[in-house]
Amino acid sequence: MADLSTVFAGIRSPNPFWLASAPPTDKAYNVVRAFEAGWGGVVWKTLGEDPPIVNVSSRYGAISYNGVRVAGFNNIELITDRPLQVNLDEIRRVKREWPDRAVVVSLMVPCTEEAWKAILKPVEDTGCDGIELNFGCPHGMSERNMGAAVGQVPEYVEMVAAWCKQHSRMPVIVKLTPNITNILAPARAAKAGRADAVSLINTVTSITGVDLDRMSPEPVVDGQGTHGGYCGPAVKPIALHMVGDIARDMPGYPISGIGGIASWRDAAEFIALGAGTVQVCTAAMHHGFRIVEDMIDGLSNWMDAKGYRTLDDFRGAAVKNYVHWGDLNLNFKTLARIDQDLCIKCGLCHIACEDTSHQAIAARRVDGKRRYEVIDAECVGCNLCAHVCPVDGCISMVPQPSSLPRLVWGQHPNNPMRVREAAE
Amino acid sequence: MTLACATVSIATEGCRAVSDTADIAAARLPPEQVAANFADAHPPLTPHEALVEASRCYFCYDAPCMEACPTGIDIPGFIRKIATGNLRGSALTILEANIFGGSCARVCPTEILCEGACVRMAEEERPVRIGALQRRATDWLMEHEATPFARGAPTGRRVAVVGAGPAGLSCAHRLARHGHDVTVFEARPKPGGLNEYGIAAYKVPEDFAQREVAWLLAIGGIDIRHGQRLGRDFDLGTLRREYDAVFLGLGQAGVRALGVVGETLGGVRNAVDFIAELRQAHDKSAVSVGRRVVVIGGGNTAIDAATQSRRLGAEDVTIVYRRGPGEMSATHHEQEWAQTNGVRIRHHAAPHRLLAEGGHVSGIEFMRTKLDASGRAVPTGETFTLAADMVLKAVGQVFVADPLTADGSLLLATEDGRIAVDAQRRTSLPDVYAGGDCVAGVDLTVAAVQDGKIAAEAIHRQLMG
Ligand SMILES: Cc1cc2nc3c(=O)[nH]c(=O)nc-3n(C[C@H](O)[C@H](O)[C@H](O)COP(=O)(O)OP(=O)(O)OC[C@H]3O[C@@H](n4cnc5c(N)ncnc54)[C@H](O)[C@@H]3O)c2cc1C
Ligand SMILES: Cc1cc2nc3c(=O)[nH]c(=O)nc-3n(C[C@H](O)[C@H](O)[C@H](O)COP(=O)(O)O)c2cc1C
Ligand code: SF4
Repeated sequence: MADLSTVFAGIRSPNPFWLASAPPTDKAYNVVRAFEAGWGGVVWKTLGEDPPIVNVSSRYGAISYNGVRVAGFNNIELITDRPLQVNLDEIRRVKREWPDRAVVVSLMVPCTEEAWKAILKPVEDTGCDGIELNFGCPHGMSERNMGAAVGQVPEYVEMVAAWCKQHSRMPVIVKLTPNITNILAPARAAKAGRADAVSLINTVTSITGVDLDRMSPEPVVDGQGTHGGYCGPAVKPIALHMVGDIARDMPGYPISGIGGIASWRDAAEFIALGAGTVQVCTAAMHHGFRIVEDMIDGLSNWMDAKGYRTLDDFRGAAVKNYVHWGDLNLNFKTLARIDQDLCIKCGLCHIACEDTSHQAIAARRVDGKRRYEVIDAECVGCNLCAHVCPVDGCISMVPQPSSLPRLVWGQHPNNPMRVREAAE
Repeated sequence: MTLACATVSIATEGCRAVSDTADIAAARLPPEQVAANFADAHPPLTPHEALVEASRCYFCYDAPCMEACPTGIDIPGFIRKIATGNLRGSALTILEANIFGGSCARVCPTEILCEGACVRMAEEERPVRIGALQRRATDWLMEHEATPFARGAPTGRRVAVVGAGPAGLSCAHRLARHGHDVTVFEARPKPGGLNEYGIAAYKVPEDFAQREVAWLLAIGGIDIRHGQRLGRDFDLGTLRREYDAVFLGLGQAGVRALGVVGETLGGVRNAVDFIAELRQAHDKSAVSVGRRVVVIGGGNTAIDAATQSRRLGAEDVTIVYRRGPGEMSATHHEQEWAQTNGVRIRHHAAPHRLLAEGGHVSGIEFMRTKLDASGRAVPTGETFTLAADMVLKAVGQVFVADPLTADGSLLLATEDGRIAVDAQRRTSLPDVYAGGDCVAGVDLTVAAVQDGKIAAEAIHRQLMG
């Protein structure tokens, strides 16, 4: 059986599955249930200064896609609304009772050195394993110059990280906001501030929908709405990209991957793109804590099948293949192949290609029966048909043998820059 | 009244022969039980179920389901509109092609039509539940809108429709949309044809057939005259003189006789009469049924008669059919449905002789049969007997041409014993059209609706052309 134990920025946990700072980690009751279910660690719901913030009633919005609930999730909640001391007491108790699990505490206080210094000491005294700086919350807190308002300014990220390193001995993880053009700027700033790691992504600024009767953004609070933070399965591609960028640009720098993770497979993908641990919020809020059972044994079964003994055996394995567009081989060619025995004659491949792509799938009738056939000469290998085909394995994209050498854009005859180089 | 032992007899309502000795009785089950047995056999999808089911549709290009629908409904189109919450648009997509979309959602044997062709059959043998989705959309519209279709600007043309069944009313509605004045002549006291008098009660409960007709007639311009029988109260010649065109949607008024001794015995009934009585009974538990019922035949009618007998409380119900399960015109699904209802189906046997006790049927002697090379059932000489208190004959409905004769000769051409029509549903008379069960083709509600629609368009072209 594969070894899932993890050491992340010096923090140990029996497996890489942590609960992200959010309602599932808001209090001891939830966290204990999570540990009982098998979660390797938690990032406690973000603590702030007293008096605690106040939340609205009606807090979540969700996208249900074709009857599938919570394909995307959105919230307008703020940080913890419980008094600081209550949280600190509970954190101390839980860590004492669950010494093998990671207990990281998320923090957000105003952007002054005194404020940060003041909270670090009592937090460190709980015996927690580290802190995560919430520079990500995109609503409510950012308007008070905290959360994403900090995360969007690399100089602030570096400054606050440095204060935390200076005033505590705890590992410091900086949680990044995706609401920024280039994730590398705050990631580099975190490292410059000597943070031990980054975690990402926090939620994406969003409006989940508009209530067309009340004419208000959702969720509706007394007839009105506000933008919130988007998460859940819908944001996974955004998160993977940002994790991949950091892994590629900052080799070896610890990353805790977050965003739309719901299964062991999602987790494996994040780890393959360089994540040291993964954090989960929406999937737990949707299905409860026991999803971790499948995450643990699914990941370990897959690792066994692949011959990976530890997470380090495949961590970052996909990073070297995450390249810039200009490094892709333009002489590579793949063609669609339809398995006529599996084809159910839905015609979706034809109409997709015919209406919107390259007119490369012919709709024929042979003895009155529908038959869809790829016209090789027209197929550019775009994958569209294979994506829209509802039958697994019916359309496959088959790489074609080629005698041509690898050719990237930098050397391509159509590239004006190359032409200029040659002319010089 | 008893039925003559001719090869064909006219189906008659309310013909009932009950002897004192035979065990034929009403109220075999408590009234609540009977009411439950005749409630909606397939309750509607909830909104969420409909959404999930609609999402299963692949929105096929050149969708096979559409081709399999006799009325050519844009099935992927209407399903997608359910998925997006556009129920009005969905229902209109359906009703534009098939004004009886509500009935068809309930009565179509979808397993041999749209659902049988759904690509998910090829994939996983679990088609999209097109019928149930169609019901979701049409129910919604009928609840919300009195009439989504407007009558066309008056053309001053008058069309006579004979028969207020699905064929006749589909034709009438389409003609009204084109602005023609339509008069419907109907022999029976209520409109709807077999939707009202024939379809199994649990497929269209809560007076659905009448509600649907009333909803459809709300378009205006359609005048139905009840108790008007062609051939008795008026003739085709008069209609042709007084109207610009005529549509015949007569259905099949006759039933085939068994052609065996004893057919006039008490307790022997036409299945369609039994079914009609049941459909018309407000309180189904007031309908009498035998303790042991034998139904002879292999089609829809046999299935419905047998199943409804069971649901009335008959103890022992057997369908006997002269050929094998594959030859029955009832679909596999319908056969299973009867069996699930506790009906026994026996194959390869034909009635040989009805046995009597005091003028009432007491049983039937059957001759075992086997298929010959041409697929016909031939007797083997071997017999067996089934005891019965009631025998229901369901060996086929037939078209009765009498109303279309003058001085003993037919006024228009027939084909295989039914009215001959061309692709436009025009008969051999230039201003007379026909459709539904009275013309050759499959005997299904949906096919009748399509005939009426096609004929109406052809009439419209002819009148305006
Ligand atoms: C018991 C039974 C169950 C069935 N179940 C199903 C089912 O589940 N699904 C399905 O798709 N199909 C079913 N069918 C078939 C379906 O009902 C018919 O195909 C359909 O009703 C045909 O429509 P129509 O308009 O041609 O004829 P009909 O529905 O028979 O209507 C004909 C109308 O014309 C009237 N009429 C007849 N003669 C005259 C006259 N001389 N003058 C004036 N009016 C006249 C009749 O009173 C009647 O109202 C069933 C049939 C039967 C008998
Ligand atoms: C209701 C809710 C409240 C959240 N509160 C916090 C918070 O207090 N601090 C924080 O760092 N992130 C917070 N988040 C963001 C999550 O920790 C996580 O980054 C995000 O939801 C993406 O992960 P997911 O796709 O698994 O949900 C919150 C998310 C939700 C849904
Ligand atoms: S065949 Fe099935 S999946 Fe395709 S459009 Fe029709 S209902 Fe939808």
